[in-house]
Amino acid sequence: MSQSSSIPKPTNLPDAQYRALRRIAALMIPPSGEYGVPGADDEAIFSDIVRSLDRDAESVSAALTRLDELAGSPFADRSDKDQRDATRRLLECEPALAALLCTVVVRCYYRDDRVMRSLGMELRPPFPKGFDVEQGDWSLLDPVRARGKIYREVS
Amino acid sequence: MTAPVDVLIIGAGASGAAVAWSLAETRMRILCLEQGDWVKSTAFPSNGRDWEQRQFSDFSTSPNRRRSAGDYPINDADSPIKVVNFNGVGGGTILFAAHFPRLHPSDFRVRTLDGVADDWPVDYATLEPYFALNDRMMGIASLAGDPAYPPKEAVLPPLPLGRTGTTLGRAMNQLGWHWWPADSAIATREYEGRAKCANLGHCIAGCAQGAKASTDLTYWPQAMRQRVELRTRCRVREITVDERGMASGAVYYDADGVEVFQPAEIVILACNGVGTPRILLNSVSGQFQRGLANSSGLVGKNLMFHPYASIRGYFEEPLDGYRGPHIGTWSQQFYETDRSRGYLRGYTYQFVRGQGPVLTAMTGMASGHIPWGEGHHAAYRRLFDRSAGMVAICEDLPEEQNTVTLDPTLKDAHSVPAPKITYRLSENSKRMLEHSIARGRDILAAAGACDIVSEAPLPNAGWHLMGTTRMGTDPQRSVVNEWGRSHDVKNLFVVDGSIFVTSGGVNPTATIQALALYVADSIKRRLANLFD
Repeated sequence: MSQSSSIPKPTNLPDAQYRALRRIAALMIPPSGEYGVPGADDEAIFSDIVRSLDRDAESVSAALTRLDELAGSPFADRSDKDQRDATRRLLECEPALAALLCTVVVRCYYRDDRVMRSLGMELRPPFPKGFDVEQGDWSLLDPVRARGKIYREVS
Repeated sequence: MTAPVDVLIIGAGASGAAVAWSLAETRMRILCLEQGDWVKSTAFPSNGRDWEQRQFSDFSTSPNRRRSAGDYPINDADSPIKVVNFNGVGGGTILFAAHFPRLHPSDFRVRTLDGVADDWPVDYATLEPYFALNDRMMGIASLAGDPAYPPKEAVLPPLPLGRTGTTLGRAMNQLGWHWWPADSAIATREYEGRAKCANLGHCIAGCAQGAKASTDLTYWPQAMRQRVELRTRCRVREITVDERGMASGAVYYDADGVEVFQPAEIVILACNGVGTPRILLNSVSGQFQRGLANSSGLVGKNLMFHPYASIRGYFEEPLDGYRGPHIGTWSQQFYETDRSRGYLRGYTYQFVRGQGPVLTAMTGMASGHIPWGEGHHAAYRRLFDRSAGMVAICEDLPEEQNTVTLDPTLKDAHSVPAPKITYRLSENSKRMLEHSIARGRDILAAAGACDIVSEAPLPNAGWHLMGTTRMGTDPQRSVVNEWGRSHDVKNLFVVDGSIFVTSGGVNPTATIQALALYVADSIKRRLANLFD
């Protein structure tokens, strides 16, 4: 995909947090053969996620630290079952942190070319081509007109 | 010190642009200082594939998140509603949705009609010619004949209803409730150099097409052709006064951070309901120890937002999705007071189209309709392009405990004290929000939506900043008089949303600009004895 100059510089996460975030991305959005899309831990997508943490880098790091606490030890090194349990606890006990992790993952996942194609979207920005929006049925306003004015007169 | 000017305007947004343009015909030397910069249309997010991403970064509506060079920090931790704004040429019109309703005649007579707050010292009839002039200057798309308003001219054809407007319009007809195409500051055909709307759908992050009427495209080019000077990246620290207690100019930091004194005969504040009281409270002197123009003690008080509720549902068939201006139609069925509803005053519904792919995921996952893991993709595809709904914009009544003050520790990049917001949602607002959610659910159910979700108040929706230098005829109960002049400092004016007496239940930009044009005309009519 094309990227504007606003894409921030790469953010360095400690290795354990890098692996934890990648695992969270995989648990959040797994690949699907049915829809022909990669998971959010796909190399290109995950690189985009890390590169784009930007203003959220510190908060994401804090969320991953909390995830380690919920897992009882570094999340990235726990078993699959332990990771799923910790993720479930994060969703239940720390909805704001879970929402933050969702945000940083989906804002990159849902601009990947393969995902866009799967959704039937054209691989382009809104400008300059824009989109068509149908006019709709203007006769629907007839009954609104028929009911007459509804504002209060002021003397 | 730079060369003196006749008129110094602080702020180049909705109101600063309008007042500058109107005063230009006087041939006075007019200078506007703007702390932000011009924004090129090529910089707007909808130019790139990362268009949704950037609304969370450099085009965030929150200055605390955006943190551009033109922004200043705002401590809004003590408010359930966070301030959103844009600092640059065009101000809030750069990032607004271009939804452009006027206040109603009843909004100016709140005390008389409903026994709350205060009447305004001006009325709808007085402002009507300025509303009309502003509609032409901004190029407003609308459909004449809206039963919720006195008759008004339609400058441009209305926005398309689309599938969303049609679906929700049918539901409103079924319920027998008012709805109408929204007045929008969007060019639905080429207009005064602006291109026709191409339905990019991302108006709130700036219009790359140039179809949206931000004042950098409307008023400013015309004002500058008439020799109004606009100096960007200039942050005003304070307004100075002379020994007579008159404003003598302003001290600002220029683009290089150099402190400059700008002398002026007239000073006009146009910095919105947070920026204006911030400058006045920072303008402390021996004569004005509580801040400038603050003998009433009301500078920074009576802060009004518009508390918003959001009600959204999902439909069987695809609707408009993220395509087209976000707000297409409105309803003012519940605008005027009906005491049987359990609250005073009312609200407007803004019917909104769908969401882009990222926001679909974020909102669907937050509401639990899109799960983590197995089932994510199928659930997502059930929702994508199939959502629609509304936000209710509720009238916020003035209360003195809702304030803008100076934060004791937080400062901007030039070490100027930053504003602190203290705000509580009133019981009246809470009841109004509840009512709007209940009726909104009725509408969506009638439209055939399922999985309806709602939220109130929306936290990141402090778009409208009003009331903090209210207008009035009594100097003890207001900061500026009925034509925008400070009661205390007779060459100091305010033209932004700060001077609102009440908030109405609609977006304020049309009324802010009409007031700015009205104040400008009042100045022009009185030039011979302006300071009497």
